[in-house]
Amino acid sequence: MTMTRSREILEMIRMAFTAVRSHVLRSSLTILGVFVGVFSIIAVMTGIRVLQNNLETAMSGLGANTFQFQRFPAISFDDSDFEKYLRRKRFFVSDMNRLQEKAGMALAISAQSQFGVGEAGSRYARTNPNIPGSAVTAEAFSTQNWTVAEGRGFSETDDESGRRVCVLGADLADKLFPLGSPLGEVVRFQGVPYTVVGLLARRGSLFGQSRDNFIAVPLGTAIRLYGQRLALTIQVQAPDRDSYPEVLEQARGAMRALRRVPPGEDDDFEVVSNESAVGQFRSLTSAIRLGAAAISSIALIAAGIGIMNIMLVSVTERTREIGIRRAIGARKRSVMIQFVAEAVLLSEVGGVLGVVVGILFGNLLCFLVSAPPVIPMDWAAIGLGICSAVGILFGTYPAWKAANLDPIDSLRYE
Amino acid sequence: MPLIQIENLARRYVMGSETVHALRGVSLSIERGEYLAIMGPSGSGKSTLMNLLGCLDTPSEGVYQLNGKNVARMGDNELADIRNREIGFVFQSFNLLARSDALHNVELPLIYAGLTPKDRREQARTALVNVGLGERLHHRPNELSGGQRQRVAIARALVNRPSIILADEPTGNLDSKTGIEILALFEELSRRGNTIIVVTHEEEVALHARRVIRIRDGLIAADEINHDQRAVTGGAAAAAGGFAPPIIA
Repeated sequence: MTMTRSREILEMIRMAFTAVRSHVLRSSLTILGVFVGVFSIIAVMTGIRVLQNNLETAMSGLGANTFQFQRFPAISFDDSDFEKYLRRKRFFVSDMNRLQEKAGMALAISAQSQFGVGEAGSRYARTNPNIPGSAVTAEAFSTQNWTVAEGRGFSETDDESGRRVCVLGADLADKLFPLGSPLGEVVRFQGVPYTVVGLLARRGSLFGQSRDNFIAVPLGTAIRLYGQRLALTIQVQAPDRDSYPEVLEQARGAMRALRRVPPGEDDDFEVVSNESAVGQFRSLTSAIRLGAAAISSIALIAAGIGIMNIMLVSVTERTREIGIRRAIGARKRSVMIQFVAEAVLLSEVGGVLGVVVGILFGNLLCFLVSAPPVIPMDWAAIGLGICSAVGILFGTYPAWKAANLDPIDSLRYE
Repeated sequence: MPLIQIENLARRYVMGSETVHALRGVSLSIERGEYLAIMGPSGSGKSTLMNLLGCLDTPSEGVYQLNGKNVARMGDNELADIRNREIGFVFQSFNLLARSDALHNVELPLIYAGLTPKDRREQARTALVNVGLGERLHHRPNELSGGQRQRVAIARALVNRPSIILADEPTGNLDSKTGIEILALFEELSRRGNTIIVVTHEEEVALHARRVIRIRDGLIAADEINHDQRAVTGGAAAAAGGFAPPIIA
């Protein structure tokens, strides 16, 4: 019996294909409605996911199990809070030192400062004055996930004694030293000569920007040159994922104490991690998601009504056919399945097209931010699921009408 | 036991405040293998009787035993199954699916009977070959002549090996020469043991049957054996139709 039933359903699907094919224009127009609905949600969701993946890669600029204290939030689209962040106290090297005493659970604590943007030059080449300079402590190689490809990173001594040494990002190194190894060579940055001690492994680009086009010097060196008031961020790395929440709590508590935040008040600093940045990105894009969901809901309801309309027309047109089928032994249920299958097929064709084109379209963002493409399988499944639901929801009434036609009358229908 | 046994069959329709008595209590018994014509002017109730016999409709009163089963009290699904297994319809306007070829039209009852595609195709092909359309399997109805269309319909009626062939004005849309072809086919089917009921208002058609029932005002006015049953000779049928027996029973 179940064999017969599944075969029957298969047969109805085959019939549905024939019926849909026999009215190409009409079917296409109906399909178009569903297509638009599914396309809009899939394109937006794909686009958001591209950005999100990109952000996750970006955040892996922080090492594993690492979070960062900073004055400003990682992402902000709202200017009104800017003043509030601006009034916050800066972080100083002394904060990092005291944090190192108090947050004993941390694996590594580092500090970093973007101390300037300028021109870099070697004896072979010069850059435009747009190279960011980063000042870091020795621990930063671990907390920022920097891999040394050649030479070495910074040592405590480099930092403490303020040596004029630097490491180069891969792109900058290629530019300044197109032929040989940069190790031991001198690079002038903002007029100051540094000896190259290390070359960093390539990290690739993010949002269309190279992340290998920078120079890093020891923090102690930068402070000697530019003074104590450099704006710092402080990175804390936990030994492993399990201890991460505890390390975070300990460090945050220590930081509150250091900055004399009264109990019960909000932090006067931001804690940024890969997870928190992604969470923040999610909440910021939730409006876009909601908008896309609303648009596609409306489009899908309209498309559903279109399907219902076309199915009602089809039932009327095919009254005679329904009569014939009933006369030669089709049960009501068979007729019903046949017409629901047709509605679902119309809807699903639109859905599949919407998913495919939506994913392609959403991935156009990849070119904009030069990120790898994504295929959101979950959204594809959700999209197709919704299509089936739309087909069933709006196809049921016409199908019910077809199934309940009187066979005698429908056989006489002209 | 007769194939069809109906007792006091009545059918009333309520139309607004009026009740129309289409059939007022008909009793009838039909044996297996009979070739029967039901005649009557329009409005006599012959269509109502045909719909009841064909299980397309249920009576308001009375008993209808088909093959020992009381059909009068059956539900919609059971009736659909009975139509599928026991009854082969042949209509005046052929009632083929316009977008499907001959083979698929003949396969249709087998789909609802739940046969596998392979078995279906096999049986439908045989049925078409047996009505002389072996060369027209993949023609659509609009590529076939009237007589050929009706033969596709007859193949469809036969493919499930039903107990009754129920034909409603089967020659009504055909010219007289083609009509004779179809009547010859019915004769052949009858000779092979099929039970055939032809509903018609044409005396010419009715006279080919062995038994003629005349309906008037919802009652049986006459039920007589047709002693001078007309026959289309086998040779003439072959010449006219261009098909060769055997025909499946």
